[in-house]
Amino acid sequence: MDLDLESTLESVDLAEETVLREAQELGFDEDDQHRIGMSVRECMVNAVVHGNCYNARKKVHVTVSRAPDRLAVTITDEGEGFDLNSLPDPLANENLLRHSGRGLLLIQAFMDEFQMRAREPKGTEVKMVKYVGKSS
Amino acid sequence: MSVKLTTRQVGDVTVLDAVGRITLGEGASTFRDTVRELASAGHKKMLLNLAEVSYIDSSGIGEMVSGFTTIANQGGSMKLLNLTKRVKDLLQITKLYTVFEVFDDEAAAIRSFS
Repeated sequence: MDLDLESTLESVDLAEETVLREAQELGFDEDDQHRIGMSVRECMVNAVVHGNCYNARKKVHVTVSRAPDRLAVTITDEGEGFDLNSLPDPLANENLLRHSGRGLLLIQAFMDEFQMRAREPKGTEVKMVKYVGKSS
Repeated sequence: MSVKLTTRQVGDVTVLDAVGRITLGEGASTFRDTVRELASAGHKKMLLNLAEVSYIDSSGIGEMVSGFTTIANQGGSMKLLNLTKRVKDLLQITKLYTVFEVFDDEAAAIRSFS
């Protein structure tokens, strides 16, 4: 399944709802559905807010693929991209009281596989996978 | 459903009962505005009851941290009550259990402010 979504908060909800339906059909339990849904939400927020900066001319591309034992979601924005290593560590004591910066931490905690890469000429692609019955 | 917040006073402690979702958008902004209004009105002892909160995302967590620091900077404190397992997990993952005082019993939470 492929979706091209507007850079809006409504798209965040739409992507989450769409992936959750797939997760439910695949047989993920409620806790894993919550983890998957939140991971998609966090990734979509990054794409809409930080990647595309709500730019109406830019889209967020969502690909959902299913196998009997797994759900894979790829989310790509059309933003300027960023260096993952430049982000502050949200678990460092000096950063615990920061307002933001925890989204990627949550995705990596909730999903079984997580990959992020820069796209050419621009954009960021995140691929995440969750296996049925395997807690992360 | 976004978040619905109601306040009640137990002695000098303001209990903020939250119901719904604290996520980016209306939920997080409603939460932020309410805590700021209470803080600026002089409510320095705040107990946030999350028993009926079904969903908090990283934006919601960010607003909780901002509320905590806003009140702390005014010489007060914000503590948490009745976390669901999912919210407890979030605090574990983000290490915020080292920041917030968390209670399962309201009376004990109220007493802790004295």
